[in-house]
Amino acid sequence: MLQIKNLHATVDGNEILRGIDLEVGAGEVHAIMGPNGSGKSTLARVLAGHPDYEVTAGSVTYRGLDLLEMEPEVRACEGIFLAFQYPVEIPGVNNAYFLKAAVNSIRKYRGLPEYDAMEFLAIVKDKIKLLGMDQTLMQRPVNDGFSGGEKKRNEIFQMSVLEPTLAVLDETDSGLDIDALRVVAEGVNSLRSPERSTIVITHYQRLLNYIEPDFVHVLSEGRIVRSGGRELALELEAKGYTWIESDRSAAELAVV
Amino acid sequence: MATSTTRAAGPTPFLDYFPVLAQPEPAWLAELRAVARSRYAELGIPTSSDEDWRFTPVGDIATTGFTASTDSSAPLAEGVTRSAGELVGPSAASLVFVNGHFAPALSTRGVVPGVSVMTFAEALAERSDDLRNALGRAAKFDNASFTALNAAAFSNGAVVFVGASVEVKEPIHIVNVGGGELQPQAAHTRALVILAKGASATVVETFVSANAEDVHLTNAVSEYVLGEGASVDHYRVQLENFEAYHIGTTGIVVGRDANFRSHNVTFGGFLTRNDFTSLLDGDGGECTLNGVYIANGKRLVANHTTIDHARPHCNSHEVYKGILDDRGRGVFNGKIFVRIDAQKTDAKQTNQTLLLSDDAQLNTKPQLEIFADDVKCTHGATVGQLSADALFYLRARGIAEPEARTILVQAFIGDVLDRIRVEPLRAALGAKVPELLAFKTGCEIPLDGGPPQCR
Repeated sequence: MLQIKNLHATVDGNEILRGIDLEVGAGEVHAIMGPNGSGKSTLARVLAGHPDYEVTAGSVTYRGLDLLEMEPEVRACEGIFLAFQYPVEIPGVNNAYFLKAAVNSIRKYRGLPEYDAMEFLAIVKDKIKLLGMDQTLMQRPVNDGFSGGEKKRNEIFQMSVLEPTLAVLDETDSGLDIDALRVVAEGVNSLRSPERSTIVITHYQRLLNYIEPDFVHVLSEGRIVRSGGRELALELEAKGYTWIESDRSAAELAVV
Repeated sequence: MATSTTRAAGPTPFLDYFPVLAQPEPAWLAELRAVARSRYAELGIPTSSDEDWRFTPVGDIATTGFTASTDSSAPLAEGVTRSAGELVGPSAASLVFVNGHFAPALSTRGVVPGVSVMTFAEALAERSDDLRNALGRAAKFDNASFTALNAAAFSNGAVVFVGASVEVKEPIHIVNVGGGELQPQAAHTRALVILAKGASATVVETFVSANAEDVHLTNAVSEYVLGEGASVDHYRVQLENFEAYHIGTTGIVVGRDANFRSHNVTFGGFLTRNDFTSLLDGDGGECTLNGVYIANGKRLVANHTTIDHARPHCNSHEVYKGILDDRGRGVFNGKIFVRIDAQKTDAKQTNQTLLLSDDAQLNTKPQLEIFADDVKCTHGATVGQLSADALFYLRARGIAEPEARTILVQAFIGDVLDRIRVEPLRAALGAKVPELLAFKTGCEIPLDGGPPQCR
């Protein structure tokens, strides 16, 4: 599904990613953990094609295609979805209009007929219910005046409508109470299938109680410093990130 | 020929060929025209040394060699009139003028009791005294050369009387078509709308061109006089071609407890200057002057508004939004006067501009002069660009960049367009936004699917 090789990326001239190697197979859920500033969100944004980030070395192959060559909208049309850490407020654009434009843009790209308003509404209604969201949300401007929890739910709602092949969740859990967390996790879990993969970026182990990862990776200073199974997350929870960092500096010292 | 004794401040084209009027005019009108003509001869076309016209260079109007046709027979007018009609949908009446001349074959007038929708010529024959009392009251020409020129030169126009307590449900549509002749046309169009006590009406003034190529000039003057408790929902829709020069003057007198609500949409014209002057002349009056415009290419759109709070307890609201692209230029000048008697005035003015290019240029100037002491007046101006974050968010959901930009631009002016109550008009104008800006993006989404193709 996704092969990241020696990925280096900078923002404003500062190198944030310093050689990421990661392979995500179809149907897998990978968790990426790490302290603040380790490059987790940068990785998410680079995968989505954020124009502020410059890839300086390495490659990303997605379903055999060179991901880095694609515009952000083409990535989305090819099935990549980024759940934003900070969903953007867009006053004046209502949610229904926005999401219909997104769905139809993707369908058009795939050579499928576009949905009319009625068809679209029917699809959306079920998903809204699934996520326990208020129906009136569709007529409100995108994320404008939403609470933190509503914004995150809205991201997952969009994801459930767009049905991505590769979903990247950037700290979707931060700032959520336990009920919202559960709803978000259910939304993610309902999309799990042998054809779909998910990268869950999180600072906390808590989310992984609800979304069980197949693999856990720890990011530190722009590199993956440790990979393992679910137990790695629990170990991190118990010992904290300083454990990884001290471990790493010890290793670096040993090399020197 | 011009026989002005004082030297004109600016050039004075048009003095040589004022139209031959179709009928002899009453003495009062002939006198008014003579005064207007000599005032125009004194003022001339404004130059850049005139503070009010500093950012609106209209010198080309003097040198283009505009002439005036003698009839409404311009070819193509029928087709554009039909399109203009579709903008508004069902109307109580639709009066069409081509280069300032009435086109009866293109006009329709239903019978609404208590309402007269007439040409100026008809009104002159039937209601000369009413005309005499109202003409020039809301749009004065003492210090406005184009208004003076119009008063001297207009050959016909629309006159609407709405009787006391009469409610006109469907819009009254005044369509002005310009161009379509061999020579560049100058049309001095005129509208006068008078509402008696408690009357209400919706009036749409639409300005279009016969074709996309012809240079033509519209010098429009419209006057609205609202009696006690009357209300007008007014739309000024300028969709002329990108070669046209357009000077639009709208004068409004709002009586006691009356309400004038206007939306001024400028999507067309090469150079457009709109002046709105509203006098709140009775206690408890209310005036809303909203506007949206797009200036792309090398186009210029200037909006000057004046709201004169002459009486207490009046409210005024004003939201002007502009989109500037390429080397487009925008000008906003918002005057609010609160006279010494106008206590409890509540005036709010907002001007917001979206810049889509580094080469676009905006001059915005609020001008509040307040002589009363118990009033609430606020104004604010913002200039911004499309949010890069919002653009990325839309693209990350699969929406191609040109479309994402369009969505954000529509959202920017949407809150003004959404206030348009004539539904077909609201929809049609909303749909024109992407049309207008599409040529800029250079991207197309293939009909058979696939990624957007950009040049």
